[in-house]
Order: sequence, then C-alpha cells, then structure tokens
Amino acid sequence: MDGNQTSVLTRRNFLVTGVTAAGGFIIGISALPHLAHAVTVAAQPWNDGEGHNPHEIDAWIAIDPDDSVLIRYQRSEMGQGSMTALPMLINEELQADWSKVKIEFASANRNLREKKVYGNMYSNGSRSIKESQKLVQQVGASARARLIQAAATKWGVPASECSSANSVITHTPSGRTIRYGEVAADAAKIKLDKEPAIKPPSQWTFAGKPMPRLDVVHKINGAAKFGMDAQVPGMVFAAILQCPVPGGKLKSVDESVVAGMPGNPKVVKLDNAVAVVADGTWWRARQALAKLQPEWDVGAAGSTDSAQFFREYHAALDTGKVVTGRKQGDVGKALAGGGKTFEAVYETPYLSHSPMEPMNATVKIDGERIDVWVGTQDALDETEKVAEHFKIEAENIYLHNAYCGGGFGRRDGADEVIQAVTIAKAVQKPVKLIWSREEDTRHDWMRPMAVVRFKAATGTDGMPTALQARTVTGSVVLNALHKLPPNGLDFVSIQGLATNGYAIPNMLIESVLKDTHMPVWWWRAPGQNQNVFAIEGFIDEIAAANKIDPYEMRRKLLAGKPDWLAVLDAAAKNSDWGKPLPKGKGRGIAICTDTDSLCAQVAEVTVSPKGEVKVDRVTAALDTRYQVNPLTIAEQVEGGIIFGLSAALYGKIEIKNGAAVQGNFDTYRMVRLAQAPKIDVHLLASGGEKWGGAGEPATPPIAGAVANAIFAATGKRIRKLPIMDNDLSFTV
Amino acid sequence: MITLTVNGKQHQVDLEPDTPLLWALRDAVGLTGTKFGCGIAQCGACTVHINGQAMRSCSVPIGRLEGASITTIEGLSPDSKHPVQQAWLAEDVPQCGWCQSGQIMATVAFLKQNPKPTDADIDANITNICRCGTYERLRRAIHRAADLMKA
Repeated sequence: MDGNQTSVLTRRNFLVTGVTAAGGFIIGISALPHLAHAVTVAAQPWNDGEGHNPHEIDAWIAIDPDDSVLIRYQRSEMGQGSMTALPMLINEELQADWSKVKIEFASANRNLREKKVYGNMYSNGSRSIKESQKLVQQVGASARARLIQAAATKWGVPASECSSANSVITHTPSGRTIRYGEVAADAAKIKLDKEPAIKPPSQWTFAGKPMPRLDVVHKINGAAKFGMDAQVPGMVFAAILQCPVPGGKLKSVDESVVAGMPGNPKVVKLDNAVAVVADGTWWRARQALAKLQPEWDVGAAGSTDSAQFFREYHAALDTGKVVTGRKQGDVGKALAGGGKTFEAVYETPYLSHSPMEPMNATVKIDGERIDVWVGTQDALDETEKVAEHFKIEAENIYLHNAYCGGGFGRRDGADEVIQAVTIAKAVQKPVKLIWSREEDTRHDWMRPMAVVRFKAATGTDGMPTALQARTVTGSVVLNALHKLPPNGLDFVSIQGLATNGYAIPNMLIESVLKDTHMPVWWWRAPGQNQNVFAIEGFIDEIAAANKIDPYEMRRKLLAGKPDWLAVLDAAAKNSDWGKPLPKGKGRGIAICTDTDSLCAQVAEVTVSPKGEVKVDRVTAALDTRYQVNPLTIAEQVEGGIIFGLSAALYGKIEIKNGAAVQGNFDTYRMVRLAQAPKIDVHLLASGGEKWGGAGEPATPPIAGAVANAIFAATGKRIRKLPIMDNDLSFTV
Repeated sequence: MITLTVNGKQHQVDLEPDTPLLWALRDAVGLTGTKFGCGIAQCGACTVHINGQAMRSCSVPIGRLEGASITTIEGLSPDSKHPVQQAWLAEDVPQCGWCQSGQIMATVAFLKQNPKPTDADIDANITNICRCGTYERLRRAIHRAADLMKA
C-alpha cells in the first residue's frame, strides 16, 4: 500500500481502489456484478407524458404498491455516468430495494411549471454530482422520513421507534414491518415539520462503491434512444448547409435545381443557412441539398485565415488590453533581478467538439405547443433559449431529453433546436433535422485558439522565483454568457494558468481577449485544456535548463500541499518514474487542478528516428475529494485522457477564407485503438469542504505530459499543438 | 421497391437504389441501433454485417443488396447474450454509446476470423472511432469475448 491510495491493474483484472472520506478502503472489482443491472433505466429515457405518475411521493420519487420505485434524474446522460451516480445518492438516503428502482429523466417542462422543483438541469462543468449531491440526498432523506412517518401514524407509534432498510419499515420495539409500497400513498400526503439531516459521506453504506452504469444495458443492443433516434408520425427529414463563414448570411439560392428529385424536396431559407426537407429519408434531403449552390454574404471575415489570426494574437501580446487574473509579489522586479531568465510562447489552435452523434433535433409543432426531441446537456436552459428566441412561453415547449451521443460541452447551445423549429414552422410538418459530420465539425462552437507567453526567473538553486503568463485568446465567457464579470476578467481564459499550485513568490497571470468571427464555447475542461499544456511545458523547460528532475521540481514547488503531492506522487511512483529508458523513449509529467479535483499524469512515449510518436502508457491519478461511483470516475479518467490525446496529437481546425477547413474524421483525426495507450488509473478521495468533478480534470494534463515525454525522448520541445505539426525526427 | 433481408425478415423499401443502407435501416426499416457518425466510412459507427462481413453501411448502396443477408445490432442476439455483448457489459465499455453498436458488430465479425487475437491484431482490425475514449475497456472486452467464445 502506498500512502492512502493504491491500485492494481493488469490487462484482464482491473481493481479500483480509493479511500473514502472516513479512511476506509473501497473494495475493488474484477468482474462487475451483473445483479446490479437488474436496476433499470429506460431505453427511452424521456417521459412523453411529462412525468405525472399516480404513485408519486413528490416530483422526484414514485413508489408503486408493488414496491417498484421510480427515481427521476434531473440532469443528462452523455456517458459520464451521473444517471447512475445521482440516483445512487438518492437511494443512499431512501434505502429502497435497489433492484426495484427504475430511473427516468426529469421533465424540463414540469420543472418550469412547478417552480423549478428539480433545480438546474445541466450536465456541464463536471458539476452534475458536485453541485447537486446535497439536494438529491435531501430528496431521498425526506421521502424516507415521510414513508416512516406514514407507517408510524398507521401503527400509532412514534416515528422515532421506526427504521427502514431495503424498502421495508420496521417498528423496532414490536418487530412489526410494512413495505414502502403499502404506505407510499399516505406518505405522499405528509408534510414534515423539519427536514431530516443527510448523511456525511463517512456514513454512506450504499454510495461510494463501484456500480456498473445502468444505461449500459441499452447501449449493447441498439435499444438506447438518442435524439437522432426519435420517430414522430408524419415527420420529414431536413439537411442543412450553414454559411461556411460564421456570421455570414444567405444572399440567394436557386431552388429550382431540386425540382423533381426524390422525396419531394423543399428548400427552406434561413438567415444564415439553407435547408432542404424531404420525405422518406434524410439521405434524400442531403442529396437535394448537395445540388444547391447558395450565395453567401460573408463580409470581411471571408478573407481571413489561421496564419493571420496567429500573427494578430502574437501582436496582441504587446498591444492588447491586459486584465490581471492573479498577482503576487513583484514579477517585474524579480525578472530584472539578475537571475537566470526564461521566455517562451505556446500556441494552441481552434478545436471542434465532434461528439460521435452529429447535432440534430426533431420538432413537432401543434398550435402553441412545441415538442422537441433532442439529446442536450441542459434541457432547462435549452428550453428557455428556444422560448427566448421565438418570444414564446417556455411552458409551451416540451423538450424530451434523450441520451446524448457525446457532448463535451457542445450540446447546450440550442442552435440546432432553433433551426429545427424554424424549419418545422416553414414546412408545417414535424421535422427531423440532422447535421452532416461536415456541418458538425465546421459549425462547431470551437475551443478558442490561444497564444500564451511566459517569462520566468530562477534563483541560485535553480528554482523559479518569478513566473509571468499572458494569454491572448477568444472569450468563451463573452460568447456564451454575453458579458464579463465586473472586474472585466474572462475567468475561463486564465483557467489552468492562474490555478497552478506552485509556490513561486512573484507571479503575474494576465489575460488579453481577442475574438475572431469564429464562435467559441465550452470544450471539455475550458481554458484548462490548452493552458495546462502551456504552463506544464514551460515549467518543464525551466527544470530541464536547470538540470532538475521535473517531478522533483514540482514536488518542491508544491511543498506543504499534501493533496497536490499525493496526486503527483501517485502518478509518478506508479509510472516507474526515474527508471532509465533508451533513447527515443521518455516520460513526462503534468499536474493541474480542475473543477476542484486534482489530476496528475505521467506519459511514456516512443519516438521513432523519423519522428513518429507512440504514446505507450499513461499513469493517471485523480483526487475528486469524494467518490459516489469510483467505476465511472475511473472511466472518465480513461476517456478524458483519450479526448485530450486526440487534441494533443492531431487536433486542429484551420481557418481559410474565413471557413473551417477540416470537416470529417479523415482530416480531423482521432485516436483509435491502435494509438490508444495503456492507461493505469489511481483514484484518491482526500475529503474536505468542496467536492471535485470527474468528467473534465483528466483531459488537461495529457498534452503536457506527452509533450514533456517527447522532450525527454528527443530533446525537442513542443510549444505548438498539435504534436503532429512538429518535426520530431532525430539522428540515431 | 427494393427487398432487404434484415435480421432474417424481409422488408420492402421504397427508396432509390443509391440510398446508403444506413439510411434505409434507420429511416425506412425503422431500426435505429445502427448509427450515423461520418457518412464516409471513416468512423465505423454504422457497421453491420452483410453476408457475415462487417461493412460500414453509410457507404453501401441498397441497390446492391437484393438477396443479401443483413444483420444489425438488433439482430445480433434475441436476448443481448451474445458473448461480445456480455463482455461489453462485464467491462462496462460504453460511455455515450453512440459508437458501440458499430464497435460490437465489428468485433463479432473480427473474432470469427481471429478467435484468439493479439493486441496487434486488434489494433490492425478494429479501427472504429470512440470519441469518449473507451479503448482501454474495449480492448479488454474483446479479449474477454474471445475467451467466452472459446469456452
């Protein structure tokens, strides 16, 4: 055992262990218990009836006379697993027989009509659990208290003499029992004088252990219903071509060319796009769309390109409006103080989210009522966005949330829903709108590009005495939230830079915002996903130049922070750090804090003399502070690393003539099995005030860890992503 | 009208012969387990079996398929108990799940040709994209399925 965490991984036998807040070990699993799959989520997760169940105790929980329990889950499921984890937390308090639990999505429409009884509904920012764990535990605890009160009233005994477990209430003195299903109707009428206390994680008996994800049973046989799978009687299919230059408008289009094509195609003109609807299949709509040769009004943006943007961003390092994000000591004085100084500039390009399920929405309009079937990361917010756009009552929109075929931050803009509603209004029929992969890639709301300049000074011991970082980047906050906070700081732009944990006495982190015409948006681990690559590379440069082991330098810079050190050590020690490797192989390390979690990774790479990179192995440690379902946390680490690795190795969206160049997976390349490293995950749970997120923190460190490993292998420093654009060849 | 034999059942499909099988399956036959990912046979989300061979259905026109036997994810097993499905469940492979029908169909056909694959065999043959990055578990599940099928 190593400190307070350990893990063992072999090819066939995966053991997750972590420590609970109470210090007890979570027991690992080698084969997942199939029994757990008795609990069901629906293959179609939404409820078309908008959710009123006759056996409801409240909006969250219904218990039938036969004891089956329906739990409503108020967020989204895009593979992150909180559709399993949050109901686990409800049941930690409810103490129902888990094998009789069914789970469905809560209705956004009902949420609007019933004073937001479900609260917010987003699954983004790794917040699904960390921001609703207290709420859902209270839901479970309240329901249980009401069930017990109902039984006590029936028996004429004090509720304090009763307890419940596994859906059975027991009157302890007499030994009498009654099932939840027998008192649920009475419980529904009970109002508690006082809300019961919820359990601290140290008292959990159910949550905190690995639980196979409940949606998986529907994802091995094609049954799971995603947005694109919605089928509405009488619907037609729509394909769309948006102005290649974002911000541009449709000028004109000759509609006559589609006449006589199969499926009775009709052209629908949108402000910035042209769509074609057809009967029978989306393919017909796409074929007809391909015949159109629309003219666009693209304005000045139509002559821009990536090279120009990078030149402008570099210039803005000195000419842009600088906002301070973090300041301590006096960086200027320390840099001029006569020590060894360093300066380097790091670059990262635009990136598309590219979830596997291209954007789509299905819409039916009936009088005032609009029904929408879509996989969204935020059913409530999208409902409100659509209402705002069309200036209608949000209560008239019934958004049926489906499983999301990936999200990564893209699926909460409502742009595809607004298009589908517009088209359905135009053709007066239900419409299923599907974006082609090319539309999905090119009309992504991108991860912004960035140029970050660092300056540093080191003392006689080789350790940094000053660190300055100034980023020039597009503003996710302005694009998504339309205004900056009163201090004028885009807090996303400096994420990963300002959040570094290093004890450097003089530090200045600055932000310069520079948008182009390309919309930018939340991408997995916003800000962090590019800034951690930059800062962890620069720290590595300093360590190398001063001949200090990069892991040891980080240890010194994190001295006195036991949580950071534990994560750093877990990654390093399990990676064989320090064990010699031949030329052409190397290890690199990186660490960050993101969504109140900590993540460190060591990458081991092989670089061929020709400069081909293979990432052989990644050792990751993640501290989420608390763990509801360690299995899904480990999965998010594995997936987050691959997501970040695709970006690190291959990811770039280039702009030419104002338009995104890459359109499909032949040019916007992804890691596949052959490029996927062996991943070894170590989970920690250090407890404390805040809960950490799981979905994002494993994405930021990987690019830095790989780039630093490439330096160790070849002596070549990567300051520009993607890695494939760097010449890494060397002479043997 | 084109007659397609899907999962042992005949379907009359009133679509043009150049329609990709993917869209005939999803929009005409009504089987939505086969997924659209790229449309250019790059990602494999649309993988089905045509006469036992794994094919990317986004790029196979239905005009060529009269008389062919087509199997989709829905027809792989009546009870989701195919060894590959069981291995997927045991390793908790899918995250978002969009690519997984294709991953499973590709793996079933692959294991018929390579009942005891090495990692290198898997790398060379299973080339479907998973954006969630489930590769670690996917690889384990392929080995587990191979073991189950041998047993």
